[in-house]
Amino acid sequence: MAAALVEYLRKVVDSEGLLSWSAYRDIGARFAVTYREIEETALKNGFFPKRLQRQRNLFGAAAQLDLLKAKVAIVGCGGLGGAVFEMLLRIGVGHLLVIDPDFFDESNLNRQFLATIENLGRYKVDAALARGRLVNPVAEVETLNQVFQSAAGRARLALCDLVLDALDSVSARLELARLCAQNQQMLIHGAVAGWSGQMVPVPSDSEKMAQIYPGNNPETEPVVPLPETEEPLDNSALTVNAVAALQVAAAVRYVCNFGGGPETSAIKPESGLAGCFIDLLEPALERLF
Amino acid sequence: MQVTVKLFAGLRQGRFAIREFEFADGAGMARIVADIGISDSELGILLCNGRHTELSCKLEDGDVVSIFPKIGGG
Repeated sequence: MAAALVEYLRKVVDSEGLLSWSAYRDIGARFAVTYREIEETALKNGFFPKRLQRQRNLFGAAAQLDLLKAKVAIVGCGGLGGAVFEMLLRIGVGHLLVIDPDFFDESNLNRQFLATIENLGRYKVDAALARGRLVNPVAEVETLNQVFQSAAGRARLALCDLVLDALDSVSARLELARLCAQNQQMLIHGAVAGWSGQMVPVPSDSEKMAQIYPGNNPETEPVVPLPETEEPLDNSALTVNAVAALQVAAAVRYVCNFGGGPETSAIKPESGLAGCFIDLLEPALERLF
Repeated sequence: MQVTVKLFAGLRQGRFAIREFEFADGAGMARIVADIGISDSELGILLCNGRHTELSCKLEDGDVVSIFPKIGGG
């Protein structure tokens, strides 16, 4: 069957080796295979999805295959989570787990891309599921409308290659970092406030999350519990999307390179694990540790 | 000893973006943060000469300290 599929792919791709969406539908029915299996077979045989044509030279087929095989968790489906999810879908990540117990509220509309007038009061993760079908039906989108600390949350998180922090509280972030350390998973931290934000990759053997939030780590500093921040600062779509892009770029670097990707990957960053602080009011990007 | 302090984003409000300070030899990060009046709830990442550092770290003449605000939204 595999050889027959490759032979058929050769017939239906265009002169540049691009596979159109209508061909996926045709092949899916004809060979009783999933869209994901079609995409994997296509990439392994030198063909490329037409929907990803404009990143063919940017990423290359090897990196695209790494992205397709990757299983990425997004913890929190608000401002950062919704933006990160949209980008991961569009660049062709094959498996996404989205965790958030919350419902959309009218105050989310200014910055949370999955929030619409129609879905106010509904689970945020349900919007992610619907968006996935519209934007990239190849991606397997798995959702959980519970906190990540729940038994189901912990069990499903443990199966992911990489975790993106899109939470909105300091204490939850410290908990997530401890869980990822136990699971030996890379965690990519992102946070926003006002006009600024930050992105820091947190390897499982590092103390970076505790360094990002000094004085908030109950394990190392069993002193008086500190407040989260003095007052929750306002957030806009601007910072949320800037930081989400930094997180997704770090995810791509990790999956295609540091995650043990093939040598042929076109993506070879010198400083793949560097973090940064971004200020959109006085535009500047500061390198963090 | 002379230490250059850089503040970022909201920490600049009512303070400064970059300033040179004169401190007694052996002064640490905690002293500088206290002198500038940054509370624990405002304090985020601390860098000394571009590398992560702790409040307990002692400083040397010519050090450049970067202080970032605590940021927790998502």
